[in-house]
Amino acid sequence: MDLTQGTQEEKNNRAKKMMLWFGIISLIMSFAGWTSAFVVSSSRPDWLTDFKIPDAFVISTIVIVISSLTLLLAKRSLQSGQHQTTSIWLVATFILGLFFIYNQFRGFQEIINLGYNFTGPTSNVTMSYVYLIAIMHILHVVVGLICLMVVIYNHFKQKYDATNMLGFELAATFWHFVDLLWVYLFFFLYFFK
Amino acid sequence: MSTHADTHAHDDHGHHHKETFVTKYIFSQDHKMIAKQYLITGTIMGVIGVLMSLMFRMQIAWPEEPNVLFEALLGKWAPDGVMDADIYLALVTIHGTIMVFFVLTAGLSGTFSNLLIPLQIGARDMASGFLNMVSYWLFFLSSVVMVISLFVEAGPAAAGWTIYPPLSALPMAQGGSGMGMTLWLVSMAIFIASSLLGSLNYIVTVINLRTKGMSMTRLPLTIWAFFVTAIIGVVSFPVLLSAALLLIMDRSFGTSFFLSDIFIQGEVLHYQGGSPVLFEHLFWFLGHPEVYIVILPAMGLVSEIMASSSRKPIFGYRAMIMSILAIAFLSTIVWGHHMFISGMNPFLGSVFTFTTLLIAIPSAVKAFNWITTIWKGNLQMNPAMLFSIGFVSTFITGGLTGIILGDSALDINVHDTYFVVAHFHLVMGISALYGMFAGIYHWFPKMFGRMLNKNLGYIHFWVTAVCAYGVFFPMHFIGMAGLPRRYYTNSNFPLFDDLADVNVIITIFALVGGVFQLVYLYNFFSSIFFGKKTVQNPWRSTTLEWTAPIKHIHGNWEGEIPHVYRWSYDYNKPGHDVDFVPQNVPLKEGEEELHH
Repeated sequence: MDLTQGTQEEKNNRAKKMMLWFGIISLIMSFAGWTSAFVVSSSRPDWLTDFKIPDAFVISTIVIVISSLTLLLAKRSLQSGQHQTTSIWLVATFILGLFFIYNQFRGFQEIINLGYNFTGPTSNVTMSYVYLIAIMHILHVVVGLICLMVVIYNHFKQKYDATNMLGFELAATFWHFVDLLWVYLFFFLYFFK
Repeated sequence: MSTHADTHAHDDHGHHHKETFVTKYIFSQDHKMIAKQYLITGTIMGVIGVLMSLMFRMQIAWPEEPNVLFEALLGKWAPDGVMDADIYLALVTIHGTIMVFFVLTAGLSGTFSNLLIPLQIGARDMASGFLNMVSYWLFFLSSVVMVISLFVEAGPAAAGWTIYPPLSALPMAQGGSGMGMTLWLVSMAIFIASSLLGSLNYIVTVINLRTKGMSMTRLPLTIWAFFVTAIIGVVSFPVLLSAALLLIMDRSFGTSFFLSDIFIQGEVLHYQGGSPVLFEHLFWFLGHPEVYIVILPAMGLVSEIMASSSRKPIFGYRAMIMSILAIAFLSTIVWGHHMFISGMNPFLGSVFTFTTLLIAIPSAVKAFNWITTIWKGNLQMNPAMLFSIGFVSTFITGGLTGIILGDSALDINVHDTYFVVAHFHLVMGISALYGMFAGIYHWFPKMFGRMLNKNLGYIHFWVTAVCAYGVFFPMHFIGMAGLPRRYYTNSNFPLFDDLADVNVIITIFALVGGVFQLVYLYNFFSSIFFGKKTVQNPWRSTTLEWTAPIKHIHGNWEGEIPHVYRWSYDYNKPGHDVDFVPQNVPLKEGEEELHH
């Protein structure tokens, strides 16, 4: 593929999509940093070996995977020009995102109820990692929700159609990334203890 | 709407901005203006960084002697003009931080990536002018925060530029560990955001916005260097952010990621089980690639200037690209060589020794290619060329000691001595600075439409070259004699009395070299306004930036962007009347493109 071809606008749109992809690479690297630190620290004597992932995290994992599917459905109905259905799927995605965050915090509460603290003198390092990784992921979900809000607003303003959906696609790519990131983190925490 | 629509000949986006003073000079989205903003901010930070080094050099040469300069500049930190030990450590720390990040990363990459990427690949501007502007202003903000941290009551951060815990993690560890360290972390977090936005822009611009005919193998080596530098930045800076966040958790929320049982100021702290070595791993996973983020752009600039000033094609174009890629790859798997003395498993140490020594191969390829490029060339000894040759010289000198330090068995003997200081200052500090100076002398006409004064440039180069070796060459010897780095004074150790005179000589060279940078600063700032006006292509170079009008216009070229028909090194090509053929000149009938 010869990337020197195309009009200025085509080149610019291509560039913006690619910028998001490279941005995602850098976000992946920061999570790689935390999960590597997690692996290195797991040889510490005060590491929790019998730690169990809270049930709420399982629910939230299912929720965020479903939210990716609803966003896919939103895209499909946008492409076939069904304005109303697109709105429904977009709002559904947004609500599932909020529900995901709610479940994450329920998971934190479960851990605290087990007697572990995340910070301060009574904290345990395993749980500090779980908390830090999950809270940083929630931060990315919040960014994703803000993007979704912009997309929903623009959609109500009738800005997108099958030929003009760059903003929609960028937000969707980021949302799927946030989803996959959590699935990775969940399995990482599940299998690597 | 636009008063100068005639100069705004965008081919296919037809909107014109009305440029006010604010949008043109302050919140500019034009890559050429942003490049100048980076350069001038970087220069100011450079002056601060160099001034700091001169102050602590004077303390090392004349320990605990009163000095009027200290009294004037350090205030309460120099009672009766004698430098305080705490501020000595802070000066060393902030000098390192400023020079590595603010001058040689943002000042170098920020300036030349911004200036040259769109101009040399034939693009109207960066992919996102807005993010480019945000990137600069975040850099500016982080510079301001870093400078503000110098005025904190308890002193600026003093844990070394590598901010190892526990000094950086316990606010009560030393004066600078409190608010000073907090501001350091805030400043660096903003800096990382700025650097990431910049890098993302550079990468996608190089990939997507090249003009017709500009294939990747026709790109000037500058662009290859900036491109790969940006990729290393995107991959490694986030890991520093990860480490910084864990550190902030330890500092402010009482976790024990990096802290173990600690007894401080008569108090037993609650921390347990953590290890600062984990921080060192995370830090150096950025820290080592950072060295190449600093040196690769300089290598790119030097390659371009050497070919142009030797009137010869660069030797081994593809080998140059391959070695840039090899260095970039290797840079991510050698970080452990900074930690040989941190209790590393000897087997792991030998692995890191192996990967580290491998870097000698691509580095040697580059060094030989530069030498072969100037071999029998028609050398144009302008200041830019002198600094380029200076770059190769210091890179080789510093690189040779790199082989010694990369070997764990040898490194352990000299690790915390001035030998290391000599090594990294020559191989990345002075080399990158030379690359930056070379770039400024070469592309000043492109930036400001005027020439720098040549004679002042010669004075600047020769004094700098003599003084740089005068400072760092003797450091190898005092390092091998065992003189530890980062010490406030060595007068308590009679063992080192013999080395005191060497330290005086080093400081005198540093002072002379430092003062002569004023020649450069005068040359730089006065030439912006009063320099000789430049001609279209002052160095008779082949690359596209010299086809753009001297007076900057938004969108870079009037009318259509030039198309490219050949690589960027057609110097002295047989069959042509002139000794250079610009990239936008079509091949003559029957002319073959050089096989490179």
